Amino acid sequence: MVLDRPEITAPRDRGPRRTGVRLGLMAVPLAFFGLFFAYPVAAIVTRGLKTDGRWRFGRIGEVLTDPATGHVLWFTTWQAAASTALTLLLALPGAYVMARFDFPGKGLLRAVVTVPFVLPTVVAGSAFLALLGRRGLLDELWGVRLDNSVWAILLAHVFFNYAVVVRTVGGLWAQLDPRQEEAARVLGAGRFAAWRRITLPALAPAVAAAALMVFLFTFTSFGAVQILGGPRYATLEVEIYRQTAELLDLPTAAVLTLVQFAAVAALLLVHAWTVRRRESTLRLVDARRTARRPRGAAQWGLLAAVLAGVAALLVLPLAVLVLRSFDGPDGYGLAFYRALASAGDDGVLGVAPLETIGNSLAYGLAATAIAVVVGGLAAAALTRREGRLVRGFDALLMLPLGTSAVTVGFGFLIALDEPPLDLRTSWILVPLAQALVGVPFVVRTMLPVLRAVDPRLREAAAVLGASPLRVWREVDLPMVGRALAVAAGFAFAVSLGEFGATVFIARPDNPTLPVAVARLLGRPGELNYGQAMALSTILMLVCAVALLVLERVRTDRTGEF
Amino acid sequence: MNTTLRRALGAAAVTALAVPALAACGGSDEAKETDGGKTVTLVSHESFVVSPDVLKEFTAQTGYKVKMLKSGDAGRAVNQAILSKSHPQGDVFFGVDNTLLSRALDNGIFAPYEVKGLDRVAKEFRADDPEHRVTPVDSGDICVNYDRAYFTDHKLAPPKTFDDLVKPEYKGLLVTENAATSSPGLAFQLATVGKYGDDGWQDYWKKLKDNGVEVVDGWEQAYNDRFSGSAAGRKAKGDRPLVVSYASSPPAEVQGMKQPPKSADEAPTGVATGTCFRQTEYAGLLKGAKNAEGGKALLDFLLSKRFQEDVPLSMYVKPVVTDAKLPELFTKFGATVDAPQTLAPEKIAKNRDQWVKAWSSIVLK
Repeated sequence: MVLDRPEITAPRDRGPRRTGVRLGLMAVPLAFFGLFFAYPVAAIVTRGLKTDGRWRFGRIGEVLTDPATGHVLWFTTWQAAASTALTLLLALPGAYVMARFDFPGKGLLRAVVTVPFVLPTVVAGSAFLALLGRRGLLDELWGVRLDNSVWAILLAHVFFNYAVVVRTVGGLWAQLDPRQEEAARVLGAGRFAAWRRITLPALAPAVAAAALMVFLFTFTSFGAVQILGGPRYATLEVEIYRQTAELLDLPTAAVLTLVQFAAVAALLLVHAWTVRRRESTLRLVDARRTARRPRGAAQWGLLAAVLAGVAALLVLPLAVLVLRSFDGPDGYGLAFYRALASAGDDGVLGVAPLETIGNSLAYGLAATAIAVVVGGLAAAALTRREGRLVRGFDALLMLPLGTSAVTVGFGFLIALDEPPLDLRTSWILVPLAQALVGVPFVVRTMLPVLRAVDPRLREAAAVLGASPLRVWREVDLPMVGRALAVAAGFAFAVSLGEFGATVFIARPDNPTLPVAVARLLGRPGELNYGQAMALSTILMLVCAVALLVLERVRTDRTGEF
Repeated sequence: MNTTLRRALGAAAVTALAVPALAACGGSDEAKETDGGKTVTLVSHESFVVSPDVLKEFTAQTGYKVKMLKSGDAGRAVNQAILSKSHPQGDVFFGVDNTLLSRALDNGIFAPYEVKGLDRVAKEFRADDPEHRVTPVDSGDICVNYDRAYFTDHKLAPPKTFDDLVKPEYKGLLVTENAATSSPGLAFQLATVGKYGDDGWQDYWKKLKDNGVEVVDGWEQAYNDRFSGSAAGRKAKGDRPLVVSYASSPPAEVQGMKQPPKSADEAPTGVATGTCFRQTEYAGLLKGAKNAEGGKALLDFLLSKRFQEDVPLSMYVKPVVTDAKLPELFTKFGATVDAPQTLAPEKIAKNRDQWVKAWSSIVLK
C-alpha cells in the first residue's frame, strides 16, 4: 500500500485483498528460504554450539579472541574491498559501452564476459597460473610473476565478477532515456554536469547493487584464494571449510559462520541505508533505441580500450584453456576430445562426459525455474516497500550469498535427513541449492527496474478497474520482461558453473560438468588433464551458447505464444 | 510493449516446458529406490572408481544394484558420515584411510561384520581385529616422484631417501602439498614423523625449508602445474623436478602416452622409494543401514578377486588380497616399496591437529 500519497480508491474496496496478495507473494520465497536455508544453517550452528543439550556460548569468546581469527577477518575484508574497487574501475566503462554503443558482435561480447562468471574456480585457477605463474606468459614476456600473491587473487576476482557489473549496471543504463541528459545539455549544463545530475543518480542503485554483489562474492571467495593465493592466504570462507570439513571442529566453525553472518548483515544494512533514498522513478525506454554506433575518435577509442581490456583480462585466460585442450600427446589435434567420447567406460565419471553436459543443463534449467519463480515473487512483493518488515525480508534473500557453501551443504546433511524431507540423495536438492544462490541475483536484477516503474501507471490502471494481478501483468511485466530475461540468464549461468554447493551434496552418480572437471583434474596422467581442459572448453561453449540463446529469446519477434 | 510481453511469456513457456521434462529425468532416479530392498547404497569420496563391468558382475551374482553416493575427498566424506550417523545416507562406506580410521571408529559409525575371505588379506593391512568394524580394501604409497629427464640432463642422481632431500644438490627442486589441506601432503608429513620421531621431524622440516621446498595447496596444483615431469606440468612449464605424489603416478603417467616406453627406466617419471608412507583404505557396514544384508554382500564383493584386480587401473592403488594379480602396467612401470613409513591410527588421531599446526608454523610462516 502506498502510504505517502492520497489513496486512490478503485470502484470496489479491495484494500485487505491487496495486502493478502502481497503476503501471498511473500509466502513462497519465505517458505523456500525457511526450509532450504534457515533451517539447515540453524541446525549445523546449533550442533556446534550445543553439547549435551547445553549451550556453550563461552566458545564464542574463545574463538573471537584468538589472534588467528582477527588475522583471517582482516585479510578477508581488505582483499574484498580492493577486489570490488578494481572490478568497478575496470568494468564500469564496459557497462557504458554495452549500454550506449551499438557495434557488431555485441551479443557475443555480452556472452563472452559472462562466461568467466560461470567457470568453476578450479578451472579458472589453473588458467591463471599458466598466465601469471612461474614461466607463465607474463613471466616470459616481462619477467613478472604473480602466483602466490594478492595480485593474482585480485585479478581473478575481476575476471569472475566483471560480468556482474556489466550486466547489472549495463542492463539499467541501456534503458535510461538519453533524451533526459540531452535536455539538460540544451538547458546549458556541461557534459559532465549533465551526467552527474541526471544519469549518475539514476544509476546509483544499480551500481550499489553490483558493488554489493561483488563485495559479497569476493568476501566469501574460496577457490580463487585457495588456488592462487597459496597456503598463506585464507579467507573466512576457507577457514570455515577447514574447520568443518577437515577438522570437524564444529564449535569453531559455528562461531566463524556467525561472524560471517554478522559481517554480511552489516553490509546489507549499509547497502539498504545508502540505497533507500536514492531509488527514484526513472523513465525507462526500450534498450534497443538507446544504443548508437560510436561517433568520433573519443568514442571509438573508448570502445577499443574496453575491448582490449576484456581481451587481456577475460579472453586470454580462457584462450590458454582452449589451447591446452587441443595440445594433445602428439601435437595439436582433437585427441583429448576423442578421449572424452570414450571416457564413459572406465568408471571415473560413471557416465560418458556427454552426459555430464546433459546433467548440467537439466540441473541448470530446474534451478533457473525455481530461482525465477521464487525470486520473481520476492521482487514483486518487495516492489512496494512497507517499512521494516519487508526490508528485513530483502536482506534475508541476500544472506545465502554470504554463507559458506560447506555450512549449507553440511546443514542439508543433518537437517533434511528424515522422511518426508529426506532429500539428501534426491536429484532435486542440487537445483534447490543452486537456486539459493540464484535467487538473490534475480531479485537484485529485477528490483531496480520494478521500483523504477512509475506508480501512477499502476494507479491509473487500478482506477480503471484492473485487479492487482492484472495491473502487474499489464503494467509491470512488459517493463520488466528484459530484466526477467537477464535475471534468468544469470540464474542459469550461476547454476551451470556452480561448484560450491553442488560439491557438498553427495548424490547418485550423475556428476555435473564442473564436478567432472574437478574429478579429472584430481587424477594423474596427461589424458585426464587434457580431458579436463577439453571439458572446460565445452563448458565455456555451452555457457556462451546458452547465454547467446537467451539474448535471442529476448529479441525474438516471432514469439506468438 | 505487447511484443515484449509476448517475449517474456515465451521465455516463461520455454522454461515451463523444460520443467516436466526434468521431472521425468528425475523420476527415473526415484523409481530405482523403491525396488524392494534390491538396491545397496555405497557412500564414498570422489576418488572412488570402479569399472562398470565389475559392478554388473556384482549385480549378476547377488541381485543387488549398487547406488553410489560420492562427495568430497576422503577426509570430508568421513566427516559427513560422522555427522549423519543417526540417519546414515547409505549401507556401506568406503574410503576411510589409516590417517582417519580412529576418528571414524571412535565416533561409532560402523557395525561389526566379518567379511568372507578376510584370511586372504596380508597381516600388515589388518586393523580392528577381532571386532571387524572395518575391512581393508586397497593400499597405496605416497612417495616423492622425480622427473627422469631433469636428472639425466643435469647429470645428477635422483634422491632416494628423506636424508637426500635436504642435501644442497637438491636445493629448490621439491614441491609438496599443504599438510593442512591435502591428503598426500599430510601423508608426507606423517612419513617424516615416522622416520625422525616426535622430536626430530620438526628439525627435518626446518632443513627442508632452508633447502627451498615449495608448498602448494593441493595435489592437482603440485603435480599438474608445478612438477616438470608430468605431461600437464611440462605444458604448464612447471620447473620442480621433485613432487610428493603416489607410487602409482609413474604408471598412470605412462598410461596416457601414445608410444609407451619399453621399460621403467625410460618412463618419464620415477619414484624415490625411500620417501614413502603407506596408506590403506578401509570399508565398513554403516550402523543403522537400511539394507544391511545387501551391505554385507557388497563388503564380501570388495574382497573378491574380480574387484581387487580392478582397483589398480581404476584407482591407481594396489589390492590387499594375496591372490590378486597386478596388471602389466604396474608390474612393468610401478615401483616396489620395501620399507614404507607407517604410524598407528590411534597415534595419528591423537596428535594430528597439533602436528599440522606445528608444521604450518614451521613451513608456512
